[in-house]
Amino acid sequence: MPLTLTEEQKMLKEAASEFLLTNSPIESFRELRDNNYQSYDPKVWEGFVEMGWTALTIPENYGGLDFGYTGLGQILEETGKTLTKSPLISSILLSATAIRLSDNETLKAKWLPELMSGKTLMSLALDEKSFFDPNSVESSASLSGDSFIINGKKRMVIDACDSDYLIVVASLDESISLFLVDSKSKGIDIKNDVFMDAGSYSSISFNNVKVPAKNQLDIEIEGKAILKSILDIGAIGLSCEMLGSVQAAFNQTMDYIKEREQFGTKIGSYQGLQHRAAHLFCEIELCKSITLKALQSIDDENENLSQYAHLAKAKLGEVLKLTSNEAIQMHGGIGVTDDVNIGFYLKRARVVQHLLGDTNYHLECIAKQKGY
Amino acid sequence: METTTKVDLGNFRLETRAWLEENCPMSAREPVKRSSDMYWGGRNAKFTSKDQKIWFEKMLEKKWIVPYWEKKYGGGGLSPEENNILTQEMARLGCRKPLFSFGIAMLGPALLKFASEEQKLNYLPEIVEGKIWWCQGYSEPSAGSDLAGLQMKAEDKGDHYLINGSKVWTSYADNADWIFCLVRTNTDVPKHNGISFILIDMSTQGVSVRPIKLISGKSPFCETFFDNVKVPKSNLVGTLNDGWTIAKYLLTHERQMIGGVGGTEIKKEISKIAIDQLGLSSGQLNDSFLRTQIAKFEMDENIFELTIQRIVDEDKSGKQAAALSSFFKYYGTELNVKREELLIQIGGNDALLWVPNENNDANVARKFCRSKGNTIEGGTSEIQLNIIAKRVLNLPS
Repeated sequence: MPLTLTEEQKMLKEAASEFLLTNSPIESFRELRDNNYQSYDPKVWEGFVEMGWTALTIPENYGGLDFGYTGLGQILEETGKTLTKSPLISSILLSATAIRLSDNETLKAKWLPELMSGKTLMSLALDEKSFFDPNSVESSASLSGDSFIINGKKRMVIDACDSDYLIVVASLDESISLFLVDSKSKGIDIKNDVFMDAGSYSSISFNNVKVPAKNQLDIEIEGKAILKSILDIGAIGLSCEMLGSVQAAFNQTMDYIKEREQFGTKIGSYQGLQHRAAHLFCEIELCKSITLKALQSIDDENENLSQYAHLAKAKLGEVLKLTSNEAIQMHGGIGVTDDVNIGFYLKRARVVQHLLGDTNYHLECIAKQKGY
Repeated sequence: METTTKVDLGNFRLETRAWLEENCPMSAREPVKRSSDMYWGGRNAKFTSKDQKIWFEKMLEKKWIVPYWEKKYGGGGLSPEENNILTQEMARLGCRKPLFSFGIAMLGPALLKFASEEQKLNYLPEIVEGKIWWCQGYSEPSAGSDLAGLQMKAEDKGDHYLINGSKVWTSYADNADWIFCLVRTNTDVPKHNGISFILIDMSTQGVSVRPIKLISGKSPFCETFFDNVKVPKSNLVGTLNDGWTIAKYLLTHERQMIGGVGGTEIKKEISKIAIDQLGLSSGQLNDSFLRTQIAKFEMDENIFELTIQRIVDEDKSGKQAAALSSFFKYYGTELNVKREELLIQIGGNDALLWVPNENNDANVARKFCRSKGNTIEGGTSEIQLNIIAKRVLNLPS
């Protein structure tokens, strides 16, 4: 398969770009933040649903478009440019993927259409420590009659403040299992925090929370295997958003150094900036390749999916860090003021770099996979 | 129709695979280790092994020395798809190139684009047959990064040009039969507008060559001197004083070659070498900092290869392709320098050996030294960044 977008995928990307620039330009991000860190604009989210973007990865037999993750990746990339806040990552990229990968037919038939409609929102509750460490899950579930009882603490749960349901990862009989939990259940305590990117992340404690046994996502298949795929796909989706941010921050910086004058000349004419800009251009070319390859690997069910996911999140983490720093530095004094938007990319960068594992985490995975 | 084409290509692949398996000698399927493993042809051509001769002659007979050139120029007339398949199948078996030649990779494309039909018919078949060993005369002692500042003169003397000056970094000039040169044909115009592209027989009186020794110990490079050398006017390629157009076109090819695009060489994974050399403890390399450096290097190497694939698939052309060749050259050579640097680190004592002994061919240290030239030759990394800044990013000058 050629490492390029198909015509349909290109059209989708263009439509997304147009929609977002019209309905949710980066100024909207500022407005939401200034409106007491509002988590998203419901009108824009309705637009997402109308455009079909919540249905791209849902199989046809559940009423979805079955368009594939390469399509969803294009949307995420465009939202990374405008820094559009929406439940797309929490509800669709992570939660709908979790349910799609489940072998619990009843859950799939009920919740995939609900998620697609944009009316029901969900979040994945996985992290427990300050660092991403999916292999150590201390929250636990135990079967009691026709219910599971869940106990434990979760952190960094994306958008849980808006979510109707949580997909909770918990240990069960020496293994790992995933449960769909009503976020209004008795024994759940949700504490929301606003992070550097103006996004809302929650710490959640589960105190003897009763969940119907039929809400277990993994019946025959291993919960660990589902979780691994969710995290691979999640890392790739986040990499797409990061690619969008990298490009937007870079382009805005190029526009700036072509205009800004010092010593009587455009600062973009100085080799000290030109070489750094050209180097960033090269790194961005690499980022485009790995995100596309990783997306195609999801849709092709490529056996090396996991390797490409690690490569994508590791590389994008590195390049987004570099780009967001260079963008500020090349803007000079104005770059460290809240008057311009460039700082938004830096602040989102550090959070999204961290989510689902930073560059070091993914490099570690690559080394382990290759046996060193 | 499309199905037929696919079936045809499928058959072509099977036939190609079978033919290569039958005709490529086993020793020609091993990676090139020393310079004698490469056959360059030329007037004084010598095969260094029987298999080298067999492989060259079989491929010549099959018209696969330059499979993608038109048949009238000695090529195989293969379509791009067929040529891709042949390249892949050769890579699969690890087949060496039957003929190493600047004529194929550099002069040929320029002649195909800019030369007269008579010149094409004259020079191209000789390149394919390996009869003429071509070398390149671009840089001069005072024109390196500022290539367009070159001064070697070609004066119009009515029935011939009279050439005076010198060229440097002329790879294999001590073995080459002919040289393609950029020369100054007009000094009264801006420097880019007074350059022409000319072909010179190295056996002409007044041409002399001095080999240059590199920090790696030896090298194919030479300095070549031209002292009142007479060259027929018919040896001029393209339009007089428009040689810079040809030069730019050729540099694009050269950069892609140095940057590793289209290369069939499969490099051994650094991590595998490190595991062999350093060993593992509890499943991890003993040196944890080195482990990180290797992981990062392999990430970039892996993604750079995907990027070559993506850009080939996108099939960019014209100006964009030329600017992207600077990206390939810059990133590819910077990666290679990092690779050699890591190999020195991984190799420990063994990597530092300079004079070969019975157990060690002392190649690591020499390749390391040689790699330092990668980010300089064919336009330095800094020149490539300048080109990207100006032509791709449109930054002001």
